[in-house]
Amino acid sequence: MKNYIRKFYYGDIPEEKGGFHNTPLGDGGKQSDWPLWEVFIRSKQGLDHKHVGSLHATDAQMAIENARDVYTRRMEGVSIWVVESKYIHASRPEEAAELFEPAEDKIYRHPTFYQLPDEVNQM
Amino acid sequence: MNQSLIDYTLHLADNSLILGQRNSEWCGHGPVLEQDIAITNISLDLIGQARHFYQYAASLIGNGATEDSLAYLRKEREFKNCLLVEQPNVDWAQTILRQFFFSQYQHLLLQELQNSKDEQLAAIAEKSLKEVTYHLRWSSEWVIRLGDGTEESHQRMLNAIDELWRYTGEIFEPVSYERQSANEKIGVDVSKLKEPWENKVKDVFTEATLLFPVKTFMQTGGKEGKHTENLGYILTELQYMQRAYPGCEW
Repeated sequence: MKNYIRKFYYGDIPEEKGGFHNTPLGDGGKQSDWPLWEVFIRSKQGLDHKHVGSLHATDAQMAIENARDVYTRRMEGVSIWVVESKYIHASRPEEAAELFEPAEDKIYRHPTFYQLPDEVNQM
Repeated sequence: MNQSLIDYTLHLADNSLILGQRNSEWCGHGPVLEQDIAITNISLDLIGQARHFYQYAASLIGNGATEDSLAYLRKEREFKNCLLVEQPNVDWAQTILRQFFFSQYQHLLLQELQNSKDEQLAAIAEKSLKEVTYHLRWSSEWVIRLGDGTEESHQRMLNAIDELWRYTGEIFEPVSYERQSANEKIGVDVSKLKEPWENKVKDVFTEATLLFPVKTFMQTGGKEGKHTENLGYILTELQYMQRAYPGCEW
């Protein structure tokens, strides 16, 4: 182990008794060996879940509870989804050209030629 | 003026304040970021409960008393919190176990207190119960996770039980203001909570592969102002600003 984060405790937490005082930092700067989870929050009924960030947790239950504490403290949500980051497959940035650029000059695919009534929200 | 109601309300307030203060010592020092936020959230919930109780007590006392004067200007012997909540954090296991013991008690207490004849206490109980339900769930899962975890985490839970068990008996032995309040249907008869509390703790301990402790000598006195030496140190830090700079605001 090359690097360590040293946590210092004060008051009545003697260092030798501190829970995780020598967390290995490792080469990748990883703060914890718990798996990473992606968090999705639905801010109110009827809306979609939106990606809000990620966190570390040992299992799905803990991930939901951590998400509750980390991402919904200011009443941001009514529902939480978590998914382990390793199950998310992403498009490759270097393929952006063939994936996305062909849509650029196809303006007729946008629903901009309709008049929306005022009562229709969330479009 | 109903002295037993005042004392009873202060007892409930002091319990929450002191445990909130203890948990807040983890702020910036939690084992991982997510748990640091979790324990300090619980801290804030507890201090919020304490404020409600102090505000009510201050209105009963009158005479210029405020929530701040009750929290910052009373002496050690005037605090009526139980001994459990003033015990040191030591490590994550002991912090978790202390929270679990207390939340389990609070969960039972507040359900009953919702039916109090005193509308104010009933309302505070109803509001706090939602928070406490989460504290209980969170701490129960941690007791199971650590107890049924690695050899080290299991050993740390055993040490924590050894250290804290002796402070759990006091909670269920009513003192005079509790008896008086219970008779007036204002407070809760805590002696009736002992059995359900033990059963719930047994359930969680079984799942956590921890043995339920045998009967042992129980420390008492906190609820009547006779504290362990820990409380003095907590108050020194908690009350420092108001003692050093009386009336200071920011």
